[in-house]
Amino acid sequence: MSEVKKIATRQSYGNALAELGAEHDNLVVLDADLANATKTDTFKKVFPDRHIDCGIAECNMMGIAAGLATTGKVPFVSTFAMFASGRAFEQVRNSIGYPHLNVKIGATHAGISVGEDGASHQCNEDLALMRTIPGMVVVNPSDDIEAKAAVKAAYEHEGPVYLRFGRLAVPVINDNPDYKFELGKGVVLKEGTDVTIIATGLCVSSALEAAEMLEKDGVSAKVVNIHTIKPLDEDLVVACAKETGKVVTVEEHSVIGGLGSAVCDALCAKAPTPVLKIGVQDVFGESGPAVELLKKYKLDGAGVYEQIKAWV
Amino acid sequence: MTILELKKMANEVRKGIVTAVHSAKAGHPGGSLSAADVFTYLYFEEMNIDPKDPKNPDRDRFVLSKGHNAPGYYSAMAHRGYFPVEDLVTLRHTGSHLQGHPCMQHIAGIDMSSGSLGQGISAAVGMALSAKMDQKSYRVYTLLGDGEIQEGQVWEAAMFAGHRKLDNLCVIVDNNGLQIDGKIEDVCSPYPIDKKFEAFNFHVINVADGNDMQQLADAFAEAKTVKGMPTAIVMKTVKGKGVSFMEGQAGWHGKAPNDEEYAIAMADLEKVGEALCQK
Repeated sequence: MSEVKKIATRQSYGNALAELGAEHDNLVVLDADLANATKTDTFKKVFPDRHIDCGIAECNMMGIAAGLATTGKVPFVSTFAMFASGRAFEQVRNSIGYPHLNVKIGATHAGISVGEDGASHQCNEDLALMRTIPGMVVVNPSDDIEAKAAVKAAYEHEGPVYLRFGRLAVPVINDNPDYKFELGKGVVLKEGTDVTIIATGLCVSSALEAAEMLEKDGVSAKVVNIHTIKPLDEDLVVACAKETGKVVTVEEHSVIGGLGSAVCDALCAKAPTPVLKIGVQDVFGESGPAVELLKKYKLDGAGVYEQIKAWV
Repeated sequence: MTILELKKMANEVRKGIVTAVHSAKAGHPGGSLSAADVFTYLYFEEMNIDPKDPKNPDRDRFVLSKGHNAPGYYSAMAHRGYFPVEDLVTLRHTGSHLQGHPCMQHIAGIDMSSGSLGQGISAAVGMALSAKMDQKSYRVYTLLGDGEIQEGQVWEAAMFAGHRKLDNLCVIVDNNGLQIDGKIEDVCSPYPIDKKFEAFNFHVINVADGNDMQQLADAFAEAKTVKGMPTAIVMKTVKGKGVSFMEGQAGWHGKAPNDEEYAIAMADLEKVGEALCQK
C-alpha cells in the first residue's frame, strides 16, 4: 500500500493565503506573533507589506481587522483557536460579528491534536462559541484540499467567516477530480444503510476508517463530511437521518455546542432521531503526542469504531 | 464656522442630547454633554466629511470608542445633516435606527459600531493603518472616555499605533473625571493620562478646558502638524456640562431626566443660547 500523503491544514492555510494574495491586492493577513506556527509566514515571505504582525495582543488584532475591513480590505486574522475564539470572543462578536464586517478568522491549533502544549492551548470550544454569533460562517476543513478550497470560498464570501485549522499533519482524503467545495454543503463520502456517521475536520478520516471496520462486522455506515458547521446542511442531515434512522457525530471538539449539537438542533425540529455524539466528553485535554491523544480520547479510527459498535 | 457659531451649534447639540435621552427614558447624558463641544468641532469644522456622501473612501473617519455617548454623537450627526433632527426622540425606541450604542448598519455615516469599551480605538487604528498602506491622506479620529482607558485593549491599540507611527490617527480622551462608580481616581486611577500616552510614543496635547471651542481648535490644529507619531488630545471637561444639576455628578452618567428635570435642563440651555446670541 502506498504511503498516504499527510499535511497539516494550518500549512494549507498559509499556502492558500500566498496563492490568493497574488490574485487579490486587498487581501491582508494579521498575526499575533505566531506567524511561523499559524503558517502565515508563507504569505509573509511573498507579501511582507500585507502581513501585519500585531504582537501578542489578539483582542486589538480583531479590532484592527475590523477597521481594515471597513476600508475595503479583506483581512485574514490568524492566531491559535484558543485565542481567536476564546480570548477575543467579545471582540469577534462586537467588532466583527455585530457590524457584519468582512473579516476572516483563520484559527489554527484547534482541538486536542495540538498535542504536547496541553489543555491550556487545546481549544475544544471554538465551534460552539463561534456558532452562536449571528451571521458567522463556521468552517472546519478535513484535509489539505478542503482547507485550501475553504480559504478561497471564505475570501469570496461577503461577511465574517471562522476557519478552523489543525497543527497535526492529517491524511489527504479529498484528492479526487470530482471534489467540489461549496460553503454550507455537506459531502457524502460513503453510502450505507444502518447508520450515518457525520464527521468534521480531522475526524472525517477517522470516520472513514471506522466505517470500513463496521462493514466487516456487517454494519453498513454512511459517511458524511460536514465542513461547514454553520450554516449547517440541514437538508442533507435530515435526509440521512430519515434514511438510516441512526446518526453518529464525530468531532475533535467538545460534545457540547459543536457539530453534534448543531446536528441535534436540526434533527430535533425536523426529524427526531437517536444521535450518538462522539467528541471530547466535557473534559479538558492534556499533554502528549497528538496521535496518542487522539487514540486516548477515542477520536482515531479504532476509537470511533469502538464507540459506534457499542451503540448501534 | 466661527468660534461663536460653533458654540451656538454645540448648544443645539446639547439640547438634542437632553431631548433624546428624556424621550428614551434611558441613556447617557453626562459624557455626551462633556463631549458635546468636541463632537461639534469634529463634525462642523475639523473633519473632511459630507453627509450626502457618507461612504466616500477618502473621507475622514470617526470612531466613538466610548459608544455610550451615542446621544451626543447622534445629535451632532443629525444637526450636520446625516438624518433629521426630529429622529432624535426615537433614541432607544424599538425599531429606531438610533440604537442605544452606535451601529454602522443602521446609520450611513457611522464608521464603526461600538459600545463595548476599549474596542473602538482598535478599529480606528485599523482604519489609520489602511490609509497608510494605500497612501491615502484621510485622518482618523476616535473619542475615548477617561474611565474607558482602564480597559487593557486601549493600551494594546496605543502600543500598535505608536509602533506603526500612525500620524494620521488622533485619539481624544474626554477627561471628565467621573465614571459610573465615582471619581476615576477613586475607582482605579488612570492618571497620569498624558504620561501614559507619551510612553506609548504619542504626541500628547493637554487641553485645559475641553469645553472651550477655541482651545479645541488650537489642539486639533496642532495635531495636524504632527508627523511620525499619533496624537493624543487629553481634554479636561465637565461631565454633564451645560445642565446645571448634571454638572460634575457621576449619578448622571447613565440616567434620563424626568419631565420636570427635562424642563429645567432645556431652560438652562435656552439661557446659554440667548447669551450667545447677545454676542
